Amino acid sequence: MVPITTLHYLVVAAALFVLGVIGVLTRRNVVIILMSIELILNAVNLNLVAFSRMWGNLHGQVFAVFIVVDAAAEAAVGLGILIAFFRNKETINVDEINLLKW
Amino acid sequence: MNVALMNQALMSPALMAQALNPGAAPVATPFFFYMLAGAAILSGLFVITRRNAVHSALALIVTLLSVSGLYLMLYAPFVAGVQIIVYAGGIMVLFLFVIMLVSIERVTKERQFNRIWPVGLLASCALLALFVSAFSKGKDLFPERRMALVETSNTQQIGALLYGEAARMGQYTFAFEIASLLLLVAILGAVIMTKRKI
Repeated sequence: MVPITTLHYLVVAAALFVLGVIGVLTRRNVVIILMSIELILNAVNLNLVAFSRMWGNLHGQVFAVFIVVDAAAEAAVGLGILIAFFRNKETINVDEINLLKW
Repeated sequence: MNVALMNQALMSPALMAQALNPGAAPVATPFFFYMLAGAAILSGLFVITRRNAVHSALALIVTLLSVSGLYLMLYAPFVAGVQIIVYAGGIMVLFLFVIMLVSIERVTKERQFNRIWPVGLLASCALLALFVSAFSKGKDLFPERRMALVETSNTQQIGALLYGEAARMGQYTFAFEIASLLLLVAILGAVIMTKRKI
């Protein structure tokens, strides 16, 4: 078997990233769109940690921790918006969200 | 007697042999990598295709745990622990609570994909083609030999980068404080938005 290199991890991260993008672009359910964003952030984290291993320093891992913080903040605010919207319109489908449309 | 010698005295012979010769028989074999990568991608596919959002959330937990295993294979035990505690323990519980608060029955009976999903799929395929061409053209740019990271002092070194004196080690102290401010703003925003009356 070939040894696992940095490129292997990058390919896995690219696959997760594309799955997340597909989820964001095609789903209607806002909760699943937010989950797809989490998939994208995880792919980025995997890249950062793989590069951290490649160069032998820890800056990539520190950045990964910061991205986890960002993901937590984003999930909290996004789900707060979702609850506020559901209270007004009784739906969580993203293509029925058109309050700001003129 | 310094700490390193004491640690060596406490180690078992097999562990000491591995510490003295790090290249000998690593536990992280290619089999584990392919298993974890396959689990991550398969459950990622489940996340974006399930009709019920609870099933998606459970599949996302499997993805997060697999990615955390990949972090362990990359000698990043602190990030792996943060991934499990914050993502699988915190964010996913938040997701499940919100799924519980918004009614799910009506949504599962409706159309799951939006009207322009072929366009979105096409754009994603273009992105995938971009990744494939970039990786196939640039795969020789990555160095063959990877640096060894010291796994036992990983958390300590990350802590030094985050909290250390700004002149020497802690380049990220300011960013760390800003991150705490970001979390505070996010908490306030989430509370204010979900309140009925301010």
